[in-house]
Amino acid sequence: MALILEQMPIVISSLNVGFLQTLKLFFVTLIGAAPLGLVIAFGSMSSFKPLSWLCKLIVWIIRGTPLMIQLLIIYYFPGLVFGTPVWGTGESGRFFAASVSFIFNYSCYFSEIYRGGIQSVPIGQEEAGLVLGMTKRQIFFKIKLLQMIKRIVPPMSNEIITLVKDTSLARIIALQEIIWAGQAFMKGSQGISGAIWPMFFTAIYYLIFSGILTVLLSRLESKLNYFR
Amino acid sequence: MSILELRHLRKSFGKTEVLKDINLTMEKGQVLTLIGSSGSGKTTLLRCLNFLETPDSGEIIVNGENLLTGNVSEKELRRKRLHFGLVFQSFNLFPQYTALQNVMLAKQLMAKEQPDYASNKKAINEAIEYQAHELLKKMGLADRENNYPHQLSGGQCQRVAIARALALEPDILCFDEPTSALDPELTGEVLKVIKGLAETDTTMIIVTHEMSFAHDVSDIVVFMDNGYIVEQGTPSEVMDNPKEERTRKFLSHY
Repeated sequence: MALILEQMPIVISSLNVGFLQTLKLFFVTLIGAAPLGLVIAFGSMSSFKPLSWLCKLIVWIIRGTPLMIQLLIIYYFPGLVFGTPVWGTGESGRFFAASVSFIFNYSCYFSEIYRGGIQSVPIGQEEAGLVLGMTKRQIFFKIKLLQMIKRIVPPMSNEIITLVKDTSLARIIALQEIIWAGQAFMKGSQGISGAIWPMFFTAIYYLIFSGILTVLLSRLESKLNYFR
Repeated sequence: MSILELRHLRKSFGKTEVLKDINLTMEKGQVLTLIGSSGSGKTTLLRCLNFLETPDSGEIIVNGENLLTGNVSEKELRRKRLHFGLVFQSFNLFPQYTALQNVMLAKQLMAKEQPDYASNKKAINEAIEYQAHELLKKMGLADRENNYPHQLSGGQCQRVAIARALALEPDILCFDEPTSALDPELTGEVLKVIKGLAETDTTMIIVTHEMSFAHDVSDIVVFMDNGYIVEQGTPSEVMDNPKEERTRKFLSHY
């Protein structure tokens, strides 16, 4: 026990550094994938068939293969095949590649949620807007968007909570996120080795962060409960 | 000049011809009801007038202007469709807006396109709000204007929808089975409102299955069957003394 207390500051500061990387990957993915998902959603609903097929093909491939494979391919492919590691070197290069992989992957999942949300708004809403002389743009932004958001908040919450934990997959390309940082103390780092307790601390970081997100998202959900 | 004239209007969905050579004329201030069994083409006709469907051929002439002139820009289409208003069977109110906001929304968006909007913003919005208040008052909903649609009964929703359509001052207001989603008690309150509009000379086209209401309120009754207009005339001509066997058979169900 005394030993744990003694090692605590070293472990915590190391986990903090790892967690910062986790947070960065989380927010970059969210900010990138949320709009890109909308683009893919509109693409797959397009009446221009080749575009719609292309979008559906991409979604099928990305959702049908493990994110871990996508990470490995995206990170190593340019370097191994063309001899040019486009992502740059070191931790920033790994973060760049991980961000691209995550944004791609998550935008495909988001796009399907958006598509479901858009298509679940009754056609009568659009028709009512049309006969009132509104433009397609006004109908989307003033009428359909909020109804769509209301419908997608629960499934999006699910994806967002999953994303928190999925960020740990980036350690497969040696991104130094929080699990990587915690595991280092099992292998041996900064004079500490064979310690399992940092792993429990790592879990607590996840729990607290996903707990905060859950509260925020359910608050958003109840805020949108003023209409049906 | 007639407010509305339809000439040889035709519409098919795939191989099914839904409207076959529709011809009719109505004058300003008249009420025209479309009766007939489901699938006879009544709703499609209304949807063509509101440009929710595009007729295959024919003319829709409003105040002397033929509106069916091939491909037009979205802006032009919006202008044309504003000759008509449409009240839906299922109301289609915007759930995230209050009754008042539902009535104001389209007009507010339109006002923003006016060149003098920036300089007259306050006065324009006040005028829109005043008009919406007045319309809801006329519909007997003065105390309900801050309620959301889910807080209103079906009859109240439909009256908000009528106010919303009236706000744009269409030349002709169309109703697509406005009471079919309502129970008999709520049906009464909506029909009363429509009768009130008829008395103030609102030009209306009403698709309905309420025969005694149609008899009461109409200047012209049009009986449709299988995409054709079988018979049209005054209520006493078409409903009391129908010439066609098909009309008699339909009316015998009521």
